[in-house]
Amino acid sequence: MTLIGWAQIALVLALVFLCAVPLGAYIARVVQGERTVLSPVLGPVERGFYGMAGVDASRGMGWLTYATALIVLQAVHFLILFLMLRFQDRLPFNPQDQSALSTQLAFNTAISFVTNTNWQAYVGETTMSYGSQMWGLTVHNFLSAATGIAAAVAITRAFVAGGVKELGNFWVDLTRITLYLLLPIVLVYTLFLIASGVPQTMAGYVDATTLEGAKQTIALGPVAFQEAIKMLGTNGGGFFNANSAHPFENPTALTNAVEIWSELVIPFALAVAFGHIVRDRRQGFALMWVMATLMICAIVACYAAEGAGNPLLTAAGIDPSMGNMEGKEVRFGTAMSSMFATTTTATSTGAVNAMHDSFTPLGGLIPLFLIQLGEVVPGGVGSGLYAILVFALLAVFVAGLMVGRTPEYLGKKVQAREIKLAMLAVLILPLCILSGTALCLVLPNGVSSLANAGPHGLSEMLYAFSSATGNNGSAFAGLTADTPLLDYGLGVCMLLGRFAFLVPVLAIAGSLAAKPKLLPSAGTFPTHGPLFIGLLIGVILILGGLQFLPALSLGPLAEHFSMLAGKTF
Amino acid sequence: MQHLRPALVLVVLFTVLTGLAFPLAFVGVAGAVFPRQAGGSLIERDGKVIGSSLLGQTFTQDKYFQGRPSATSTPDPADATKTVSAPYNAGNSAGSNAGPTSKTLIDRVTEDVGKAGANPVPGDMLTTSASGLDPHISPATAARQVARVAAARSMPEGRVREMVVAHTEGRLLGLIGEPRVNVLALNLALDAQALDGKPAS
Repeated sequence: MTLIGWAQIALVLALVFLCAVPLGAYIARVVQGERTVLSPVLGPVERGFYGMAGVDASRGMGWLTYATALIVLQAVHFLILFLMLRFQDRLPFNPQDQSALSTQLAFNTAISFVTNTNWQAYVGETTMSYGSQMWGLTVHNFLSAATGIAAAVAITRAFVAGGVKELGNFWVDLTRITLYLLLPIVLVYTLFLIASGVPQTMAGYVDATTLEGAKQTIALGPVAFQEAIKMLGTNGGGFFNANSAHPFENPTALTNAVEIWSELVIPFALAVAFGHIVRDRRQGFALMWVMATLMICAIVACYAAEGAGNPLLTAAGIDPSMGNMEGKEVRFGTAMSSMFATTTTATSTGAVNAMHDSFTPLGGLIPLFLIQLGEVVPGGVGSGLYAILVFALLAVFVAGLMVGRTPEYLGKKVQAREIKLAMLAVLILPLCILSGTALCLVLPNGVSSLANAGPHGLSEMLYAFSSATGNNGSAFAGLTADTPLLDYGLGVCMLLGRFAFLVPVLAIAGSLAAKPKLLPSAGTFPTHGPLFIGLLIGVILILGGLQFLPALSLGPLAEHFSMLAGKTF
Repeated sequence: MQHLRPALVLVVLFTVLTGLAFPLAFVGVAGAVFPRQAGGSLIERDGKVIGSSLLGQTFTQDKYFQGRPSATSTPDPADATKTVSAPYNAGNSAGSNAGPTSKTLIDRVTEDVGKAGANPVPGDMLTTSASGLDPHISPATAARQVARVAAARSMPEGRVREMVVAHTEGRLLGLIGEPRVNVLALNLALDAQALDGKPAS
């Protein structure tokens, strides 16, 4: 750990919070249908899209219609991507003659991109054609991100007024978020990446002859545009196998800082936008404080663990002053690798600039635990906000139990129906993560996927199911993920983790929207002060985290103490 | 079924916009404005592509500075279901994914430290990178190789050390990133100097 390492972390964080505030105000304008600076250019495009799609932009949707539209879009888009991958060999833009994906891998990959997980059971540069990367994966990066934001906006609208039946129009939300929010930032971002050295070319791979005369095949492609939305949309599916560790995805320390900034800025901005839309900005900032507090604690813990180095390697004669450099790149160093690992799992991005599998046990525990918390600090674009709102409802419920009053959140009474639905959503995580991990660790063809022995093997499987269910997509990548058991098993977990969470959330939104909006009274528990912030942090840790502690103690914690005892596996 | 039309039409429209029009437009723009970067920052010497300035490559000869160990692999020519080690394979990026208590990792590093001479060695010198393509080494790792390279090239050590310093990139604005040496750039400069007989940095 170095002072300059901490300073780099602090600088990026400061830039995130500085930009999230104005961006949040802008997002609120976009999703409320107001005019923005970009309206003169994008307005006609937007109206053209509605005309061709037969969308009546003025028509609102109830929660069930909203959820159905969302699921129909995802189903259609899943099918299209599945077919593109299955028949990739017959489609254009395939200079390397990549063959078609197997059914299991196409299924897993299509689910993975529809659910904003972007788990990579495939190796980008040896599996995907340029075409598949562009019109398959990149488009999904835009639309799955916009879908998450749309769902978050829909639940936000439930708190605005009383007796509301409609949560907005899904098609309008999807279109406006993509056109006015994601696309403009991506355009500027892409140019910056290209100027920094990220390739954007349709030319095939290049064979170089190295200085010593060996052949080196250099994989290329239209990387930059996909890289920009991959980070901004908290998607995380890399063009290359090594993801943001690959010099072509993340060539410099500056691109690295910008990539971290870009995965954090929209999730935090959405908390600010929430405050704008419910007309009480303090509420948005309270959520932002909760997210920021937990995330900063996690960054500190991860950097402390990684910066101290691996005592087994220190004993072998490696100087620990650079920290644990196994699986890390020199240009990023331990500080910015730890920050990337923490932020990619605090959001639902799942991109990596260092190999989490090679982190120290406690350094690797942090990303794993952040995913298991439900990715709410700040979480993925949209999914972070709607998940933390579920926890907020549970927090006021717990507070209500303590004082014996019917709990309210933003003037909406929280009753049995909402709490049942909230628990239904929250329980999907331990259900999929713990039972999936347990099942695959007793099946021989699950165990054969593990790359490492001992407690670290258990961590690999636990990480895979956490990452899939949490729609994160990062991995303890030693795990061989392209097997029938894991392709299908993790695919189902991704589906449940996304939609079995999202649909109850929209149902809560529908139920809350219809309720009258009560004015605060003397007995109302204020949800913008430090007491609520502390309570919400406690609820997230206890309800979100506690059930995973036994599994974590068998994996990372057991490994940590083995490491201190000098034991290898 | 009322949703089918908007779903299909919007997917098609956004596919055309974000999956075709913009990526291809950027290929065009980048090819005109940043042709070198957009094409992978390739380096040519005597008309032949010798690598990319952003990617490391394997060096084994004493006259060259050597990069970090690389964990990349390639399919086994004898048995396609297996892989064999192929360091700095820029067509198949990967890290070792060895866990912190992996016996394989600790044994391998212990053996390499034994060969490396005086220890402790710098943290990056014997650990594999995340991509397997790390183009950089730390200045400390470069410093340990100066004597070997100078001897192999019959150059004064001071001169080689000067070239290492000249090829050391600092932190951006003194803050962002870590100090590093691009191994390929340094080796190219050494070769150029050998040809010209004069300083090339």
